[in-house]
Amino acid sequence: MNPQDLDPIGWAVVDDKARGVFRVHRRAFVDAQILELERARIFSRCWIYAAHASEVAEPGQYVARKVAGRELIVNRDRDGRLHVFFNTCTHRGALVCREAKGRARNFSCPYHGWTFADDGRLVHQPIPESYAPDCNSDGALNLREVPRFDEFCGFIFVNYDAQAIPLADYLADAGDYLRMASQHGAAGAGMEIVSGTQTYCAKANWKLLQENSADGYHADTTHASYMDYIKAREGSVLNLYSEKGFGRVRNLGRGHSVSESIWGTPWGRPCARAMPSFGAEIKAEMDAVFETMAARVGRERADFICHGDRNLLIFPNLVVNDVCALTIRTFYPSAPDYFEVNAWALAPRGESQTLRDLRLRNYLEFLGPGGFATPDDQEMLELCQRGYQAHAGVEWNDLSRGMATEDGPSPAKQDELQMRTFWRRWRDLLAGAAV
Amino acid sequence: MSERTVTRAEVEDFLYHEARLLDEWKLDDWVALFTEDGEYLIPPTDVPDGDPQRDLFLVYDDRHRLGERAKRLAKKSAHAEFPHSRTRHMISNVEVRQAGAAVQARCNFVVYRSKQGVNDIYPGHSLYELRAGADGSLRIRSKRAVLDVDTLRPQGKVSIIL
Repeated sequence: MNPQDLDPIGWAVVDDKARGVFRVHRRAFVDAQILELERARIFSRCWIYAAHASEVAEPGQYVARKVAGRELIVNRDRDGRLHVFFNTCTHRGALVCREAKGRARNFSCPYHGWTFADDGRLVHQPIPESYAPDCNSDGALNLREVPRFDEFCGFIFVNYDAQAIPLADYLADAGDYLRMASQHGAAGAGMEIVSGTQTYCAKANWKLLQENSADGYHADTTHASYMDYIKAREGSVLNLYSEKGFGRVRNLGRGHSVSESIWGTPWGRPCARAMPSFGAEIKAEMDAVFETMAARVGRERADFICHGDRNLLIFPNLVVNDVCALTIRTFYPSAPDYFEVNAWALAPRGESQTLRDLRLRNYLEFLGPGGFATPDDQEMLELCQRGYQAHAGVEWNDLSRGMATEDGPSPAKQDELQMRTFWRRWRDLLAGAAV
Repeated sequence: MSERTVTRAEVEDFLYHEARLLDEWKLDDWVALFTEDGEYLIPPTDVPDGDPQRDLFLVYDDRHRLGERAKRLAKKSAHAEFPHSRTRHMISNVEVRQAGAAVQARCNFVVYRSKQGVNDIYPGHSLYELRAGADGSLRIRSKRAVLDVDTLRPQGKVSIIL
């Protein structure tokens, strides 16, 4: 008997707190029907990260990119208003914007020449005599805005469901972590996306990356060679079980979670935790950044921001990792066994050239498709996906680690509450629960 | 430094030698091709002419880190390259410009990578700053491997050295 014959969704997750057992059926990673359900019930209803406000800071600026499978234009019009349009001509459908970023007062369709102003209004149709004079009196031929978009601390999200709850409510307790990610730096001038996008992919199910992105348990094995590198350079070593603790996980509500620690990891942070190899000059500059931030946001919060690490998971597909650098990572499946990733570095505006250079070096020692760690993560996800081909023979993933203590004061970072938080939300939404 | 003229044939021989070391996974020998202030760079696919101090690259290795990269790739725990993929570096269109001991070279490349049933292709061009020693040697001051792909898809990663 196939478990999925019993119930369209309930079969996928076993969540038995009394026995301390949490399992996910491997079919959830390989089934095309599951992906269809995810598109309809998760990606078409949840708030999805689209862009950062710094990318469209000035009137006329735009970025064009695919967000949850739809081609979008995010732009600021000549009057300074933010828009998010579907990048498709209302005539016959071609993309009206073919460059990934730039400045434009108009978007002109390359197919028949329909032209739209930067606020979406249809302003030109070649040979207009053949159209009724009032053919756009209801505005239906203007560029179409996405049903909902909103900005939170510089993070621009879209929602393809017009009935969606407000973004701030959706973010729940994750909102304050996004606010923290917007408070870095001495200047207090906000944040900016660093030029240069890491656009890559993996031959694995997208949910594996969400699981992986805040997994404290895999660090010592998957990233053993990175830890060797840091140990050789800094003389420090990751101690998962130190008295101070490697850190904790918080369920932030609505499927979001964070794994966090202070001073718990062996790498340096551009904002602002110096390592021996950075040298005295950079350490002095980082300490000054800390003091300036302490004056601005309070000492306790500055200590948390500067000296702590956070792997923030925002359901369903946004990861803001604030570790050896501050990164935004979002991903989307085009098949059950393939997802595309876009990743960026987020950095304080007005950061000194010295600290910016250190930030980029520090980012790349661990992160990204050419780093010392991310390729090994990708390898693990792909190995898992290959293993799932045998899902009929070995059905379940085990995510029970730390289940007995997950309601306690400080669920451990190397446990699996963050994954269970994701899967519980996934299960509920796929079963049809309201977002 | 030397005023000797470095010929294109000499640079070609050098690049072929480098390609062979990489394909044979003799990475310590590859590291030894670099000067003490050597660097190895891969710019992001959307800013191919970028500056590593200003833009987020894919690889931004100073001499220390490129040495560590080679050391790491020799380990079983460098999982993405265990077992080592099979690679083939093809070099063509070599051009050379010289000003004293500083030699600028560029070439086109295609790197084929094969691992566990997956075949990936990395097309691009490399910009080298070489140093010509009086003893007839060449060493790499800077290697910038520019991927001529729009995105790193479907390759997904650059776990090998280009």
